[in-house]
Parts: sequence; C-alpha cells; structure tokens
Amino acid sequence: MTALQEAVPRDAAAPVSGRREALHFALRNGKLLAGAGVVLVLLLLGLIGPLTIDAPPNEYVGPPMQAPSSEYWFGTTTFGQDVFAQFVYGLRTTFAAGLLGGVVASLIGMVVGFLAGFRGGLLDEILNMLTNIVLVIPTLAVLLIINAYLGIRSVVAQAIFIGLTSWPWAARAIRAQTFSLRGRDFVDLARLSGSNTWKIITREIAPNMSSYLLLTFILLFGNSILIASSLDFIGLGPTEGVSLGLMLQNASQWSAMQLGMWWWFIPPGAGITAIVGALYVANVGLDEVFNPKLRET
Amino acid sequence: MSLRVSDLKVHYRTLRGDVRALDGVSFELGDAEILGLAGESGCGKTTLGKSLIRMDGRMRHVGGTVELDGTELPIGDDRRMNDFRFHEVSLVPQYSMSALNPTRKIGKMVGELLRSRGVTPDTAKLLGRLDAVGLPHEVLDRYPIELSGGMKQRMVMVISTLLDPSLLIADEVTSALDVSTQKAVARALAGFRDNGFVKSMIFITHDISLTYQIADTIMVMYAGRLAEKAPARTIVEAPRHPYTRMLIDSLPEVGVRHADRRLSGIAGSPPSLLDPPAGCRFRDRCPLAFDRCAEEPPAAEIAPDHFVACWKA
Amino acid sequence: MMLRLDNVTKVYKVGAFGGKTLTAVDGVSFDVPEGQVVSLIGESGSGKSTLGKMILGLVPVTAGSITLDGAPVRPGKEYYRHVQGVFQDPFSTFNPVFKADRVFQLIREAYFPAATAADWDERVRAALRDVRLDPDQVIGKYPHQLSGGQLQRVLIARALLLDLKLLVADEITSMLDASTRIDVLNLLAEIKGRGLGVLYITHDLSLGNYLAERTVVLRHGTVVEMGATDRVFGRPLHPYTRQLLSAVPRLHAPWEDAEPVTSCLYHDGGATGGLAEAGEDHFVACARLEGCLEERLGGRSGGRLEGRLKGR
Repeated sequence: MTALQEAVPRDAAAPVSGRREALHFALRNGKLLAGAGVVLVLLLLGLIGPLTIDAPPNEYVGPPMQAPSSEYWFGTTTFGQDVFAQFVYGLRTTFAAGLLGGVVASLIGMVVGFLAGFRGGLLDEILNMLTNIVLVIPTLAVLLIINAYLGIRSVVAQAIFIGLTSWPWAARAIRAQTFSLRGRDFVDLARLSGSNTWKIITREIAPNMSSYLLLTFILLFGNSILIASSLDFIGLGPTEGVSLGLMLQNASQWSAMQLGMWWWFIPPGAGITAIVGALYVANVGLDEVFNPKLRET
Repeated sequence: MSLRVSDLKVHYRTLRGDVRALDGVSFELGDAEILGLAGESGCGKTTLGKSLIRMDGRMRHVGGTVELDGTELPIGDDRRMNDFRFHEVSLVPQYSMSALNPTRKIGKMVGELLRSRGVTPDTAKLLGRLDAVGLPHEVLDRYPIELSGGMKQRMVMVISTLLDPSLLIADEVTSALDVSTQKAVARALAGFRDNGFVKSMIFITHDISLTYQIADTIMVMYAGRLAEKAPARTIVEAPRHPYTRMLIDSLPEVGVRHADRRLSGIAGSPPSLLDPPAGCRFRDRCPLAFDRCAEEPPAAEIAPDHFVACWKA
Repeated sequence: MMLRLDNVTKVYKVGAFGGKTLTAVDGVSFDVPEGQVVSLIGESGSGKSTLGKMILGLVPVTAGSITLDGAPVRPGKEYYRHVQGVFQDPFSTFNPVFKADRVFQLIREAYFPAATAADWDERVRAALRDVRLDPDQVIGKYPHQLSGGQLQRVLIARALLLDLKLLVADEITSMLDASTRIDVLNLLAEIKGRGLGVLYITHDLSLGNYLAERTVVLRHGTVVEMGATDRVFGRPLHPYTRQLLSAVPRLHAPWEDAEPVTSCLYHDGGATGGLAEAGEDHFVACARLEGCLEERLGGRSGGRLEGRLKGR
C-alpha cells in the first residue's frame, strides 16, 4: 500500500566508504564535470591570461573600434583599448571579488549558524534576530549611502561589503543542520571526552556537513560575483582597475550596442553568465553526488 | 496451502556488486498459519518480507517464484503487483509512526486511501475492526500525532487489513514498543488471524521469545538462507540446527542470572553476502562443522514439518 | 566509590514560551555502589535516560543532588575521568565521517597528551583485548565497517582507558543481535570486578535480571520498586513490576495475564509517598501488603477512582 513507507533495510549490508562513493558518483556526474570544467577554464584564463599581456588593460594600445582580429582577439574599444586584455584582467578581478565575498559571507554564516544552532536558547534568539535584520536590509540602498559617504574604491572593500550583507540565508541553513546534528550521540561522547563547544563544532559537527558547507560556499561565491557585477554595472563598483562588470558599464556608457561593437559587451556578459551559470550547474551536480536521493539510477 | 515460495532469490544492487540478501529460500505457509520469521540483522528476513509485497529500487528479483492461493505473484513487476497489494498481500511496517499522513485526520485518510484503491469505505466494518483491536471510535477524528505508539501501530494494522488480504506481513511491528504495549499489539495481530481478517500471516521479528508467543511455525534464517523451520514449540524445545540452538541458548530469561549461569553468544559474525562462501554459511561459527559442510546442506525434512539445513541434524 | 542520587528531580519547560512544565524525573533516590551492576528498568517515558544523562552531566538537575563519593556532579574533564557513558545506538555514537578509533584519539588529546605514540597504541590495544576485540580488526576501520557489538565494545574499551569509577550504560544492547548482546552484557559483569560501579539502563527485564545485583524499577519518573534483583524479580510486590514481568515474552511459557496496574489508586499517576521497606533490601512504593489498599485509600470514593482511570 502506497501510504505506508517501508523501513530502510539493515539487511542490505556492505556500504561503500563514503568518500569513495562520492568520488565514484562525482566522476560520473555530467553536470558537475561540465560546471567545474567551465569555471576552471575561465579561472585559468584569468590567472594565466594577464601574464601574456605586456600593457596594462586600460592602456590605449591600438586603433579604436577594431573588430576582433588576429592581433586583437576580442577587438578594441572606442578608445583603442584591447578588449581581450580587459577580459582576462576582468576575469581575475571578478573571481577575486566573488571568492573574497564568498569567503567572508561563508565565515560569518558559519559562525552565526553554528553558534545559534548548537547553543540554542537566548544566544539563538539574539543571533536569529540579527540574521533577520540583515536579511531584510535593502543592500542597494545601504550601498548607495556608503558609497556616498565613504566611497568604495577597491575590489577588496566591495567584496567585504558583499560578504557582510549576503550571509543570512547561509546562517539559517547551517543553523538548521547544526540543530539536527547536535542531538546525535557522538556530540555527547565528545563532551564525555572533555571537548568544549568550539572543539565539538569544529571537529564533530562541521566535518559532518562538509559537503553542505561546500555547497553553501559555492552558492555564495556565485552570488557574490553576480552582486559585484551588478554593482559595477550601475556605477557603484571600484573606480580603479577593470572587472567584467566595469567592462559592461563602459560598453553601455559609450554606446557599444548602438555602434554595433558587439565584441565590447559580449565577452564580459558571456563571461559573467558562464561563471555564475557553471557554478550553479556544478552545485546541482554536487548536490546529486552528496544526496543519494537525487541520483538518477 | 496459502503461500508457496520456491527457491526465491532477491539481490541488492550496490556499487561493489550484488548483495545476495535472499539466496534461494523455499517454504510453504498453510491457511490460518502464523509463520514467525526470526533471525539476526542481515539474515534476509526483512528482504523476504519486502519481496512479497514491494521491492525497493535497489532490489532485484533474480530467481524463484511466489505463489499465493494458487496464483503466481509478479513480485519483480512493481506495477502488476499493485493489483495484489492491499487486496491480497498487505504489510504492517515497523515504523507506523511515519506511515500515517500527519496532516490528515485518521478517518479522512482511511477514506481517501480506500477510494484510491477503488474501494468504497465500509464504515461499519471499520468500526468493528477498531473494536477488535481495542481502539476507541474517536481515533478517526484525531490526528496521528495525538495517538500513542501502540495506538498508531494498531491503527495501521486495522488499515492494512481492511480488505481482508490473504497474507499479512508484519515487519518488526513491536520492536519500538514497550513490553506491555508489545504484548497487546502482538495479541491483536494473532486475533486478526483468529477472526479471519487475514488468512495467514508472516510475523517478522528478531525476538524469538516474542514470536514463540504468537506463531504456529517459526522459520529461522541465516545469511540469506533458511536454517530451520518447525512448529514453534519444536524450535524452542528441540532445535536441531546448531545456529538455532546457540541462538536460543544465548537468550537470557527472567530467572537466569549471570552469577548462576553464564550464557554465551555466538562468536564471529555472518559472512558477507557480496560474495558468500560456498557450502554452509554458518560453517565458520559452527562448533560442529566438518568437511562435508563445504557442500551446501539442503533444507531436509527430518520430521513432519521440521526442516533443517544442516548435515548434522 | 559510591554514586548517590538524592531526591533527584528533572522538570523540563515545554511549550512556546516555556510556560508549561513536564516532570520527567520526580524525587528519585538510589545508590550505585562500587563493584556492582545496578539496573534501572523502565519503559519509554519513565525518565530512565534522563537520569542517565543527569548522572553524566549532559542534562542539568532541576532539584535534588547527585554525588560521586560525596562530591556533586561537575561536568568537565575531571568528572569524566571517573564517570563515562555508553549509549544506545552505536552507529550514532560514532561520528560517521571518521574512523572508529578516533574515539581513543580524543581521550588521548584530553587526558594523556604526554603519552608517546607507541605507548598509547599499546594501551589502546590492551584495552581492546580487555573487551575481547582483536585490535587489528578494529583499528583503522570506519564505524560502518564494524558491527554494532564491536562498536559498543570499542566504547567500553575507550572508557576503560580512563581511571573509571562509574559506567553509565544506557540501553547499550537494545540495538544488538541476540547472539552478540549477551557477550557485551558478560563484559559489563566482568568490568565491575575492577571495582567500578555500572548503571545499566534498560527496558528489558530479562537482561537487567541477568546482569544486575540491584534493580530499580522506574515508572513515570518515580521509583516504584527497588532492591536486590532476586527480591524485586523473585517476589515483585508493586503491581507495575508484576505487570511488566508478565508482559515479558518468555521462551518456554506462554503469556499470562497480570492484574492491571491501575488497581492501585495510591500510586496511579506517580507516587507521592516514599518507598516502604518490604523486606531486607527491598523497597516498594506500593507494597500492596496486607491492608495496604484500605489503609492508604482511606475515605476516598470508588467513583473517583473510576474517573481517574478513564482520564488516563
């Protein structure tokens, strides 16, 4: 009868070691391999590309408004800047902003989530309130104000700001997971082994949700790239340097679309879409690897 | 003869290969018979129970047949089995707590369930069944969360048998219950058979003392095979398979004290069913093992209705 | 060594604002002397596991006191050097992402940081051999590669590495197979010979009876009967104990019916009086001795009894 679920059989013995099993499915998961592959290629391009280019990316190196050619692979801008040079430098900045923003958000989310979920009680109430407040803060408005008064001039400042505002949902998710783990007997056993709260969180609970933390980080990473690019595009980005979002902003500012200079806005647009899209696809793939219920049989 | 299982083989697919959870089991179950299926974890008793009603995605029907009241059950075919489930074969699972939909009142849920099976709910019959297991009629207006574990278990028993199935499979239904509730639930199950709500029953449990209380016949399984099957009294009083003997000797009873009589368990552990050794599977732990045990012992009928798979029986 | 529980009570706050309370344990007093196994018998909701957790300092005591050699429970490194626990589900007690022998590593880090690797390894191996495990079969394995019985032994071995005075064993055999659980019980009986006390918490009367010198029967958070095991089980006086005993499935005898526990009004819903001494080392909350009912019921009407029974 369909309404009755059946118990998981203990009869089916012989489980395979967890990590080996994850690896087995990871290597056979198309989504994960494709997503991770795209991210990796772009990352390598961002890391190695700039080394092959002599001039700074914003130098006026060639004739203006050139379509892609063998000399300028992605063409040049209205001012004769090399779009390919800007693209590879932009990738670097974009990855850096995403990574830093993702790391900051993950760290805050983890600390808040672990503490709230593990300690519970009053601390949980307070942290929950904080989470909810940050969750509903209109990020853009705050950024406009901060920009007006302080000015965000560097990629680092921008990434930190993104990190400081995008952690709440991660904290909530981690809190829920921690809450379900803290009742397990191995937490009690760790207490009986003289472990304190910090040690239990870092050495018992966190390793149990490592896959979950990895997924959270990847989502925050992609999210940071998206926010950073959006901020750049509306002119709230760093004034120095070059990023994919800034390229888009410049292209739009100097009417690249109207002038038919597709090579100016397509590379950064496609780059952002590819990175973020590939991260999400990889995330779905990873989820399938870690969560047997989602695996296609 | 109500159920006839012949050389049933069901394997679990895993990454490392097939786990031969059920590896050639044959037995018969008579009308109005309660068969107690006993054995330790991994012996295949749950697999056997599930095979008779619903295999999960990793289970594969490798060989053998199951015949219920003269009709062969298409156990490997999930969709064709639907015609039999609930009507002919029904299951009471171990965790009835999670089997009931928490958002529906029980009465409403029962109605929906019956209609989904193309049956018009028969209220008088339902109320009669509630009386039979000692549940007040008001439970139908309650939500599952308002019932105690024993009440939920009895409610699921009532639901599973509303269509008078021929065979009822009760899988560890009492193992999560307290001793006094366990007694009531086990007795209610036996009452189902006595009242003819079900024709025959397979009562799966790891607890031989419990199955002895309600079963007519006890079948002891070991590592995917039948070890011994005999009338309940015979299994307890005069077991012939060394595994059954050692298992029964390891059970402390009220009155047996460590200081007076020290019981001992069975050293070692069952073989891996991924690649089980040839011959008798209990060989490695058996004090009576000899060279012939390298050959697989058939389940021989050494006395009427007493089957033992052991060369020394 | 002596563990003493004196009028121990645990009240949980429940409900959205903690407005309601739930008394899980209500005025429980008993001792666990050294060199003895005391079994704490109760059904679900009896408060037996809460008691175990309070003794282990994992749950704070609401009222009353728990003392070890006269000193109150102070959860922390020093207390756990002498008091350890083993829990019901071995697969949940081991962190599934680590190898099983990591439980020894945690003990080493906390209590024996100075031990050399070779010395420690030898100690672990000796402890494993003490619990009848082959060290080579256990060391380096993940929890899921070991059986439930092996895992519980590993946990007992872990406790034995310390200067143990009391072991709280909470339903440690309820998830084990019949053929292996008896050996784990025998092990508990053996280690009490080292002069440590064992509190064996279980719902299974036959296991408690097999193992323990003394038995405490718990119902709804209060002790209904306790004393020497052969007296409590040999001559049970409280109707609840009798009912439990009659419900235990036996191998050679079919179930009998016992008088329902509700026949005693005085203790329906929890004892309010103390335990009466019914004999040498035998205490009963409701002796049902001659004249008990008349004496204790006094002028209460039978109608009220009916009402209370239906309300349950």
